[in-house]
Amino acid sequence: MQKRFMCIWFRHLLTDWLAIRHPELKDTAFVIAAPERGRMIITAASLPAEQQGIHTGMTVADARAVSTNLKVFDAEEGKAAKLLRMLGLRCIRYSPIVAIDLPAGLMIDITGCAHLWGGERAYLKEIILKLRAKGFDARGAIADTVGAAWAVARFGKVSPIIAGNAQASAISSMPPAALRLEAEVQELLRKLGLNTIGSFMQMPASVLRRRFGNSILTRLRQALGFEDERIIPLVPPVMHQERLPCLEPIKTATGIEIAIQQLLAQLCSQLQSEGRGIRKAILKCYRVDGKMVQAGISTNRGSYSVSHLFNLFGLQISKIEPALGIELFILEAPKVEEIDPLQEQLWANKPGLQDNSLAELLDKLAGKVGANAISRYLPVEHYWPERSVRRAATLQEPLPTNWRANRLRPVRLLARPETIEVMALIPDYPPKIFIYRNKRHTIQKADGPERIEREWWLDQGEHRDYYTVEDTDGCRYWLFRSGHFDSDGTQWYIHGFFA
Amino acid sequence: MSDTRQNIISKLQKDILLWEGFRPPSSDTAETFGLGPVEAAFPNGVFPTGAIHELLTEDISQAAASGGFVAALLSVLMRRGGACLWIGMAQTVFPPALKTFGVEPHRVIFVNVLHEKDVLWAMEEALKCTGLAAVIAEVRSMDFKQSRRLQLAVEQSRVTGFILLDAGQLGNTACTARWRITSLPSEPIDDLPGLGHPRWQVDLLRVRNGKPGSWVMEWADEKFISYTPALQQGILIQAG
Repeated sequence: MQKRFMCIWFRHLLTDWLAIRHPELKDTAFVIAAPERGRMIITAASLPAEQQGIHTGMTVADARAVSTNLKVFDAEEGKAAKLLRMLGLRCIRYSPIVAIDLPAGLMIDITGCAHLWGGERAYLKEIILKLRAKGFDARGAIADTVGAAWAVARFGKVSPIIAGNAQASAISSMPPAALRLEAEVQELLRKLGLNTIGSFMQMPASVLRRRFGNSILTRLRQALGFEDERIIPLVPPVMHQERLPCLEPIKTATGIEIAIQQLLAQLCSQLQSEGRGIRKAILKCYRVDGKMVQAGISTNRGSYSVSHLFNLFGLQISKIEPALGIELFILEAPKVEEIDPLQEQLWANKPGLQDNSLAELLDKLAGKVGANAISRYLPVEHYWPERSVRRAATLQEPLPTNWRANRLRPVRLLARPETIEVMALIPDYPPKIFIYRNKRHTIQKADGPERIEREWWLDQGEHRDYYTVEDTDGCRYWLFRSGHFDSDGTQWYIHGFFA
Repeated sequence: MSDTRQNIISKLQKDILLWEGFRPPSSDTAETFGLGPVEAAFPNGVFPTGAIHELLTEDISQAAASGGFVAALLSVLMRRGGACLWIGMAQTVFPPALKTFGVEPHRVIFVNVLHEKDVLWAMEEALKCTGLAAVIAEVRSMDFKQSRRLQLAVEQSRVTGFILLDAGQLGNTACTARWRITSLPSEPIDDLPGLGHPRWQVDLLRVRNGKPGSWVMEWADEKFISYTPALQQGILIQAG
């Protein structure tokens, strides 16, 4: 497919921005200046100021002589880049690949995008009119190469849209500055009387290289399409993405549902043919008022089932605020994974953790109560009770080691051991009586102690001597003494309850 | 004559059970829980799977006893594979302990939610999922409508549900059986000092179309051992 690029040039980027922020500045002469070698040099001038003959590079003192009521503002470091980034992000609704072109432009890869807006002319008009409505003096051009589009956006006089393979004739009458050359090269070309690109376009490459260096050749070849030019997108493109622009802004939940369904159907059929499934998906809704709202889902295992993914999004629809309406939906799948072909159920046995319906159920629960609320535990080779299990990362994660059953562990474990008061008659014997939550328990039978040493390489502190005890009611508890028996106040804790 | 009348009555009784949502287990899925005399209390003498069981808990010791009893039942339900969901508001179950009751703890998925209504919502969703062996939920209270919803869900999916319910705020519910499990002092093993096997007083307070009763059960060597009401004499009857 022939690549198509669009370049947008903001003629008065910084001054337009100030005029938008301070409407009283509109249609007045003002400049932005920065100190340089002790003088204030103008870095940007508004359109009325330019019409009075003020241009960038002038000193403020000279400009004041031209225009008496000139307002001067201090330049802000990196402001242009910030503005361009903001404008670029806004343009992502038109194409996924948007790049910043300092000091005052944007480059957009529009390959395969324009027909969604009814052709390149309507597409260009839409973008430029939107930017102008915001208050930015923007010019745009479309061509086969970034170089040609850049040149036409700034120096074009005839048509902003250059047909395929017509870039040579379009730029031949333009000045060399349209090739994005260094100032010295431009100066040299001017001295030699080469005032249009056409005048040196046909010269042999060796001649040009010898006189002007390599850069002029690269730029020329890039503009003519003999050499590729890479642009660095503002937002890295997502491999799996579907876009749905809407003719009319969508405001209703039903509309959003239909949009999600369409996007999912497209994305899932693509993924299914690749043998992959969605693990994480994000729906981005671009609104008429320029804001973007998004909703995300994630699954426990790759899925390309439209109905399941739609159900997950169904829980999120209420969180999407359409406000004045949504004009573009983008569905991205930042995380996909290869999925095994489904095994048909052969046996009557329950399929266990590999079951698809279980994965779908957990996705649904996670959508409502959060993925953190769901946990599965695997054994870890630690004796310290709190460390003897850990949460499994995935549903499929296999057992790292066997579950130990040789030591009796309580069915209910307190998240944090609670202190108890005890009466122990003999050191290193289980207590006779303990008081937990103001209730006195007389111990009838006891097992223990089971000493569990603290893992000194992990944390500091006393070891624990655990006792399994049974009181007169028949309730069984897991108690421990922290550290060795000590006549003056050994601390006892209750940690769990046995069945 | 009397023989045919008997047939008609028993057939009608079976029909009523079917209309009430009770389905006799087909022979290939029938599990033996080894509950012995307790199973006889249920219709057809079979522990009802694909139904909702309620376990009343008063305090954390009773919750622990109920947890152990349910885990012992789970070991049978999960024998043919399958996973189970344990839904609650704060997790107190210590997974390694389930191994004692014959359950593989890594096949139990714990869901801990913030709000009580989410517990019942999650339980209902989980009960609709045929891929699960069982679902356990811990709630403080439940009204009749909520229990009816759960009952309708299990009638479709045949998943067994257990609800650990706070005994304090008890209402009318549509559950198949209502239990109360209380810890009892254990008997020493071979006259050795220390604790014996976990022993419970199992009260079946309510059972649909069955006979409520009370038994003493012990979990030893991965199976239930039940003691007859004449337990004071120490007569031991191996169940199953």
